[in-house]
Amino acid sequence: MLNKHQKVEKNSILMLILVVIVVSIGGIIEILPLFRMETTIEPVKGVRPYTPLEIAGQNVYIREGCYNCHSQQIRPLRDEVERYGHYSLAAESMYDHPFQWGSKRTGPDLARVGGKYSDDWHVQHMIKPQQVVPESIMPAYAHLAHKVAKLEGIGSDMKALKMAGVPYTEEMIENAYNDAMAQAQGESDHHDGLIERYGEKVNYRNFDGQPITTELDALIAYLQVLGTMAELKDYVHDGEARSSHGEGGK
Amino acid sequence: MSKNNEIDKVSGVETTGHTWDGIKELNNPAPRWWLIVFYITVIWSIGYWVVYPAWPTLSGDGERGGTQGTMGWTQYDQLKEQQAEIRARKSAYLERFENASFAEIRSDEELYAFAVAGGAAAFKDNCATCHGTGGAGSAGYPNLNDDDWLWGGDVESIHETIRVGIRSPHEETRLSEMPPFGDMLSGEEIADVADHVLALSGRAEDSEAGAQVFADNCASCHGDNGLGDSALGAPNLADAIWFYGSEKGDIMSQVRKPKHGVMPTWEARLDANTIRQLAIYVHSLGGGEE
Amino acid sequence: MTNLAEKPNYNDDIVKLFTIATVFWGVVGFAVGVFIALQMAFPALNFGEYLTFGRLRPVHTSAVIFAFGGNALFATSYFVVQRTCRTRLWGDGWAKFTFWGYQAFIVMAALGYVLGVTQAKEYAEPEWYADLWLTFVWVAYLIVFLMTLKNRNEPHIYVANWFYLAFIVTVAVLHLGNNISIPISLTEAKSYSLWGGVQSALIQWWYGHNAVGFFLTAGFLGIMYYFVPKRAGRPVYSYRLSILHFWSLIFIYIWAGPHHLHYTALPDWAQTLGMTFSIMLWMPSWGGMINGMMTLSGAWNKLREDPVLRFMIVSLAFYGMSTFEGPLMSIKSVNALSHYTDWTIGHVHSGALGWVAFISFGALYYLVPVLWKKKELYSLRLVNLHLWIATIGIVLYIAAMWVSGIMQGLMWRSYDSMGFLEYSFVETVMAMHPFYLIRAFGGLLFLSGALIMVYNFVKTIRGDNVPSVEEDDTQGAEAAHA
Ligand code: HEC
Ligand code: HEC
Ligand code: HEC
Ligand code: HEM
Ligand code: HEM
Ligand SMILES: [Ca+2]
Ligand SMILES: [Ca+2]
Ligand SMILES: [Cu+2]
Repeated sequence: MLNKHQKVEKNSILMLILVVIVVSIGGIIEILPLFRMETTIEPVKGVRPYTPLEIAGQNVYIREGCYNCHSQQIRPLRDEVERYGHYSLAAESMYDHPFQWGSKRTGPDLARVGGKYSDDWHVQHMIKPQQVVPESIMPAYAHLAHKVAKLEGIGSDMKALKMAGVPYTEEMIENAYNDAMAQAQGESDHHDGLIERYGEKVNYRNFDGQPITTELDALIAYLQVLGTMAELKDYVHDGEARSSHGEGGK
Repeated sequence: MSKNNEIDKVSGVETTGHTWDGIKELNNPAPRWWLIVFYITVIWSIGYWVVYPAWPTLSGDGERGGTQGTMGWTQYDQLKEQQAEIRARKSAYLERFENASFAEIRSDEELYAFAVAGGAAAFKDNCATCHGTGGAGSAGYPNLNDDDWLWGGDVESIHETIRVGIRSPHEETRLSEMPPFGDMLSGEEIADVADHVLALSGRAEDSEAGAQVFADNCASCHGDNGLGDSALGAPNLADAIWFYGSEKGDIMSQVRKPKHGVMPTWEARLDANTIRQLAIYVHSLGGGEE
Repeated sequence: MTNLAEKPNYNDDIVKLFTIATVFWGVVGFAVGVFIALQMAFPALNFGEYLTFGRLRPVHTSAVIFAFGGNALFATSYFVVQRTCRTRLWGDGWAKFTFWGYQAFIVMAALGYVLGVTQAKEYAEPEWYADLWLTFVWVAYLIVFLMTLKNRNEPHIYVANWFYLAFIVTVAVLHLGNNISIPISLTEAKSYSLWGGVQSALIQWWYGHNAVGFFLTAGFLGIMYYFVPKRAGRPVYSYRLSILHFWSLIFIYIWAGPHHLHYTALPDWAQTLGMTFSIMLWMPSWGGMINGMMTLSGAWNKLREDPVLRFMIVSLAFYGMSTFEGPLMSIKSVNALSHYTDWTIGHVHSGALGWVAFISFGALYYLVPVLWKKKELYSLRLVNLHLWIATIGIVLYIAAMWVSGIMQGLMWRSYDSMGFLEYSFVETVMAMHPFYLIRAFGGLLFLSGALIMVYNFVKTIRGDNVPSVEEDDTQGAEAAHA
């Protein structure tokens, strides 16, 4: 063995090639099978691509680095399921490019924060977290309330996402701006189109209560949809999550 | 390896015969214990692969595209086991709790303690962010310790409020909206009615004009004497307890453009037992009515 | 002993540049670390829009890993490959490009984070344009390194260079695989990762874990394999161990990524692979520690005399500790407790401060007198002071994080006797406050140590109290310790 190794030690290109082969094996065996979607992603109804306003919100979430403190992945451990709700399913993040599971929980998990608080609460909390939660160590994001959300270009974001595999239709992309504004303004002329394209359950309202559509509107729209899409009641592979069961838990 | 390699004087071990910038290598074997521990980790891993789901299958069959393992273990089954343990801990009370009415629970010391403990635990993680750690509330979020209730302070009403929320997306949500009087009343009238409202709790000179405005516009919800109406969620205005603020300006602003506070529904998020425990806990905070 | 007269005209200017950059970015990265540590203790320190924790944390991680660590790897690999191949670094211009190109990448990345330009992938946050730029720089690096290897005047490639080579080429593969993304337009910074959901998670941690394995481990083992035997003046302990642990390390490391995704929506089988390969990674990791430490056998007395060598040996001890802790944390039941908590942060910093930074400090203390042609450092006593202050800082840091991490993990899962959760989330946040203070203090000590090092270097380079090396060759400490 030692003698054979001398060959490698004397040939830099051979060594390079061997290294590449050796380091490729593990990655190929682990990663490729994950692209068999039907085994990787459990079947659950209800998960839809984000609306244009929600994408804008996720972009704010990414830009501000919320993922540095917040996870979006509830593990199937009894305390997490009790504290945050039903454990996360693969399907629920399939339209996140990239995933937002996080690796540190300086703040609570946000995978099911949608519907947990009122919009008003989020507004106050984002402007100054300590105002509603005195013990919080979360930074204040007051600037979001002053910044007009740049929604004109959100169609190009959807185009890119479509190329990455998110099933947006041409119609969705064309109407991106109108749909975003319709969602942020509550009732509007474009309301029916929004509902037709994204479904009955879409939250549409003036999220931050200000007349202009701000980045805070977008962010709250995003937070309010987190974890609310999947119809977990019908989902079978189930422990006794305290969440999402309606009468569940028994 | 060439035979006449140099011997390192300090250790007495042969070198490999190469030198790089003065650095040589000894021809020591790899430590035995090192190899042995390595083999043990490999063998242990192989054993683990047999027992647990471990390798992707070519066909894509099996537990989410991988081998199943002899134990048939999945992380979701493990969760069920974990939860069963906690249920066992609760079992002394849970069944009785589920089948008891609120009145029965409150008259059974053990069950009551159980309910309050469960309610307190759920309150800390779900409600305290709005209503404060002790339920004392803050601007816009009502105090749950006092005996002023928007929608009624008996256990059943509290339970209903928690279950459906207030102005929440729940189909049966508690809903009532104080209209914006900014367009309907003049500035002067608004100031007058605010004086009247303050006078109800003795904090200002009453205004006769204000009393008239109140009778015409407000009494339908807040009652003739401003005592409120819990069927409509209209607060008592005569008790000097405010959740939007006690200054004249706060009251005027509420009349002009009322806030419509939102209390989330908890039905979809918490299970039925937890909501019942919460109701009893909130009721126990101090202001519960019969 | 090689004939010194034959020594080629080494390109040390480029090594000097990278050395200065290493020290500079090190101080920046540590300072930002102290600042974000303080932000976690005092949230009022989140100023305005640009300096919030969420934006500064990636500045810290990139500054210490890529700017400090990366420059240290460039500096040492260029230094080591020349000496162990007895040839001048190939391509002066190319090497220069790697320097300026790499600094440009760092500035681009850091400015981006502060302005909110990020891909939100840990350790791969730079947006597509910076990624693309780094690809060019990295290919140039590979070419320079490989061409120098090809030009070598030694029959065999020295083991340090195996590690450097594996580091350079594997990081290239990882970088390309993880960063494939679709820009929304060529004039805009924003892009979307081609990978989504579970696939994106696994590819990210295939990358992230092997950034640890190849950037922070293989690369720094390259440093170790040159500077430890050189400074100790002893042969490497075991050639056979080098071979065994090199190949097993690089083969096994790649598989371990899923240990970052235990109990997630990633299928069970992949989690199991991540866990078992992490366990199997234990001994291959320790191979490097054994080879380094045992190199001192017969020369342990040098530890007493030479604080620079002490830095290196302490770093190996921390390396051994964190590569024991890592496999432990990969066990699913342990990870269920440690994941998402400060325990991970403690683990990171025992590896990052104890191993990565300390071996770099050791190498820098060796390099500076050699590069600037001085007989010795300005002050070995200051080196010793640095060692002590920094070690105390590390111990405070990681002990505080162990306690707060395990405490938080236990508080999260704690049930009372009736079966109800005992603590709310914010109660855990409050409980961690004292440990955040201790951590910040530990970080401050670590930073102070680095500033002492800077002072020592300035004095050394300016020649205060230090005799220069007379002959116009590259000896100095090199000769002093050969
Ligand atoms: C320094 C870490 C940190 C950062 C960065 C951070 N948060 Fe938080 N977050 C916290 C902490 C700690 C809490 C818990 C206390 C509280 O509710 O404020 C929290 C709570 C929350 C909650 C309430 C969750 C719940 O279920 O109670 C939401 C929603 C939230 N954060 C959103 C965000 C968003 C959006 C961002 C980015 C724009 C962000 N956070 C950035 C630390 C952080
Ligand atoms: C998003 C913030 C928020 C959260 C979280 C929240 N509440 Fe409320 N709650 C409110 C607001 C706002 C009101 C008053 C609604 C109004 O303006 O009429 C309210 C009202 C109530 C009332 C009625 C008080 C009365 O006077 O009739 C009860 C009871 C109550 N909440 C209990 C709870 C419990 C129990 C929880 C947790 C399970 C909870 N709340 C969580 C915001 C919240
Ligand atoms: C349609 C019913 C309705 C009418 C009419 C009405 N209110 Fe109200 N009022 C409410 C409700 C419901 C609330 C509680 C708002 C909430 O829950 O957010 C409220 C809240 C208030 C408050 C805030 C109480 C606090 O604790 O901070 C004041 C003050 C008030 N009303 C004054 C008036 C006055 C003065 C008028 C007449 C000019 C009036 N209201 C007419 C339903 C009504
Ligand atoms: C003065 C010294 C340092 C201090 C005070 C410090 C402080 C911090 C803080 C406060 C965090 C954020 C932790 C959290 O989010 O909970 C962090 C993260 C991190 N630091 Fe440091 N740091 C220091 C040095 C270093 C060095 C030298 C390295 C690497 C060589 C490093 C690598 C990292 C990494 C990789 C993370 C991210 C960890 C994770 O996501 O799990 N740090 N550091
Ligand atoms: C045998 C070697 C090692 C193994 C098996 C290992 C394993 C682990 C595990 C299990 C985690 C926690 C993942 C999670 O729960 O999120 C982790 C995190 C981490 N480790 Fe190690 N580790 C090893 C060595 C090292 C070394 C030497 C370093 C050097 C600095 C290091 C740096 C990190 C970093 C930066 C993280 C944080 C990743 C994140 O951002 O979440 N590890 N490691
Ligand atoms: Ca992390
Ligand atoms: Ca990137
Ligand atoms: Cu890892």
